[in-house]
Amino acid sequence: ELKEEFTRILTANNPHAPQNIVRYSFKERAYKPISYVDQMAIHFSLNGNMILKDSDEGRRQSIKLSAAAKKAPVETFAVTSEEAEIKGEESTENTQPAGEEEAERSGTAEVAEAAEVEEPPPPSVKEQKLANQFNFIERASRTLNNPMRERACQSEPTPCKNFSATANQWKIYDAYVEELQKMERSKEKEKPKAQIAKREEEKKKGRKLTSLESQSDDINKISKAAKIMERMVNQNTFDDIAQDFKYFEDASDEYRDQQGTLLPLWKFQYDKTKRLAVTAISWNPKYKDLFAVGYGSYDFMKQGQGMLLLYTMKNPSFPEYVFSSESGIMCLDFHNDHPYLVAVGFYDGNVAIYNLKKATYQPSYKSSAKSGKHTEPVWQVKWQKDDMDNNLNFFSVSSDGRIVSWTLVKNELVHTDVIKLSVEGTTMQGPEGLQLQMLGCGTSFDFHKKIDYLFLVGTEEGRIYKCSKCYSSQFLDVFEAHHMAVDSVSWNPYHLKVFISCSSDWTVKIWDHTIKAPMFVYDLNSAVGDVAWSPYSSTVFAAVTTDGKAHVFDLNINKYEALCTQLVVAKKKNKITHIQFNPVYPVVIIGDERGHVISLKLSPNLHRMPKEKKGQEVKKGPEVEIAKLEKLLNLVREPESKA
Amino acid sequence: AEVEETLKRIQAHKGVAATIVINAEGIPIRTTLDNSTTVQYAGLLHQLTMKARSTVRDIDPQNDLTFLRIRSKKHEIMVAPDKEYLLIVIQNPCE
Repeated sequence: ELKEEFTRILTANNPHAPQNIVRYSFKERAYKPISYVDQMAIHFSLNGNMILKDSDEGRRQSIKLSAAAKKAPVETFAVTSEEAEIKGEESTENTQPAGEEEAERSGTAEVAEAAEVEEPPPPSVKEQKLANQFNFIERASRTLNNPMRERACQSEPTPCKNFSATANQWKIYDAYVEELQKMERSKEKEKPKAQIAKREEEKKKGRKLTSLESQSDDINKISKAAKIMERMVNQNTFDDIAQDFKYFEDASDEYRDQQGTLLPLWKFQYDKTKRLAVTAISWNPKYKDLFAVGYGSYDFMKQGQGMLLLYTMKNPSFPEYVFSSESGIMCLDFHNDHPYLVAVGFYDGNVAIYNLKKATYQPSYKSSAKSGKHTEPVWQVKWQKDDMDNNLNFFSVSSDGRIVSWTLVKNELVHTDVIKLSVEGTTMQGPEGLQLQMLGCGTSFDFHKKIDYLFLVGTEEGRIYKCSKCYSSQFLDVFEAHHMAVDSVSWNPYHLKVFISCSSDWTVKIWDHTIKAPMFVYDLNSAVGDVAWSPYSSTVFAAVTTDGKAHVFDLNINKYEALCTQLVVAKKKNKITHIQFNPVYPVVIIGDERGHVISLKLSPNLHRMPKEKKGQEVKKGPEVEIAKLEKLLNLVREPESKA
Repeated sequence: AEVEETLKRIQAHKGVAATIVINAEGIPIRTTLDNSTTVQYAGLLHQLTMKARSTVRDIDPQNDLTFLRIRSKKHEIMVAPDKEYLLIVIQNPCE
């Protein structure tokens, strides 16, 4: 391209001169192009006033000069200069392309010529004619003024919007956080595997409020706020109770010697459970104000459906979670590591696991007749540590004499019989020489806190068996505990050797598992429904009886009598079924047969820590508790050993 | 839905005089009061909540307002802010 040659021609044409001038010819009534256009371009013109001496004009002038030199030298000069100008104009070609102007000029030039012609003769006659300002012709023409028309165009105004905002510190912070989140999200999309692992981790933290979120409906977005609001409204209504719960310490306890009282706090009830009895209570290990209540019926004849409700102390008027089932629930247990998993045992022998994080009302996993359910009501379930394959597993005990371990393998409950409670000395001779073993009916069990494989089972016959998970056919030990069914056994939370048992034979007994005879025996004048150790002291426990009374004992203070015996529910119509201590607050909850759960606050006497002697440090911790109990036990043991 | 039930329970609770739900622009969506009072409450409380939230967050941007309670001689106004909505309950605490 660069090497292309351009030819340039030097011509004598005026580049500015028009090449295509067209003139209207009246004769032909058409536009005719002019063939020749002047090509002369004037670069410079200067009007001079020198005339050739020998030309006509020059001669005339010289005559004038000589003639008028006497009279009016100025006038001739003026004339000459005028004439010279005109001539100059004639001879110059105009450089403007307008044809009309040329015509005009030439017209004026002609006229001027005519005037000029006129002039010279008069001056020769009169010698001089004054320049006549009235005697010239000016010709002008006026063109038509085009009518003006205004034309406007208006476009649509661009839409304007007013925007105002304040840039606060937190808005800036929000923007940064959003940016971070976007970046994280884009990273996550690249690594899907890592994301799944993350999600599993998050699940295990067990956030219970997330089950109500993620709704698409409009009003459901307010669910969280509504929940908080409900709790606040309740707090207002039950304001005095809330204040009592937090701050009230019964001052009259000082005057009451060692006795204490139970102050009633909230009462939890739900209209659908009015006909059902509370069969199990348990506190959630993670959220200290959340507890689960199982509803069913102890009456053999009246078996209906069951319910599982979870209440929180923050909202006494309505349960947080409601699950219903076909068969009455007899027992329940929260998993320690996964506080959203609840294992439940039913009256019809089934067990199930409910997942609180899922929004369904059905249990996540349920056993069935095919998968080896019990043939009798399941009286107690307890979670165990995850087995070697990291599967969740729990144990259940039932009246059919089997202790079964259920393992959650790949979304199914698989059962393994651990022990059959064979009753000693009752092997019968069945037909054809078969040895039939009578199976005892297990009613309760408890696992040791430290020694994993060791556990106790209470039976309907009144015996307590000490068993090990490793030995499936033999018991480690047998305690002839009670005359009637053992309703509850429980290891002491601190002392490794002590456990407590209660029974419908009106007694509560405390044992050392190495000694066959009980350490302490308490007769409570009525069938004891449940007994529980307190979590804060190794010597405090509470028991409830069917006559509606709750008894709280502290062995440290009084070995023979209860510190508090209080009527909790109306005597004749209602029986108390269960009691549980709150792990953190000095509160107990008691369930009764009418489906009510009452929370009570322990008065200071009942949960008093031992006062320090002057000069001595108070040691806190499990060792102190163990030592405390050991001391008491020694007192009891020694006379026994002597005897 | 469950939320509907919760709101109904709140309305039926002892001492609750009124319940109002406002959206992010301060327009009431749901109310148990008459229109003029609702609009008044909505406008005033919306501004107050924004101010309160701004205060809390200015002091510490990682913090956020969860609940606002105004106790007066006659009753108590409780405001629960959410991302897009504002729930207002007026209760006469039983004292």
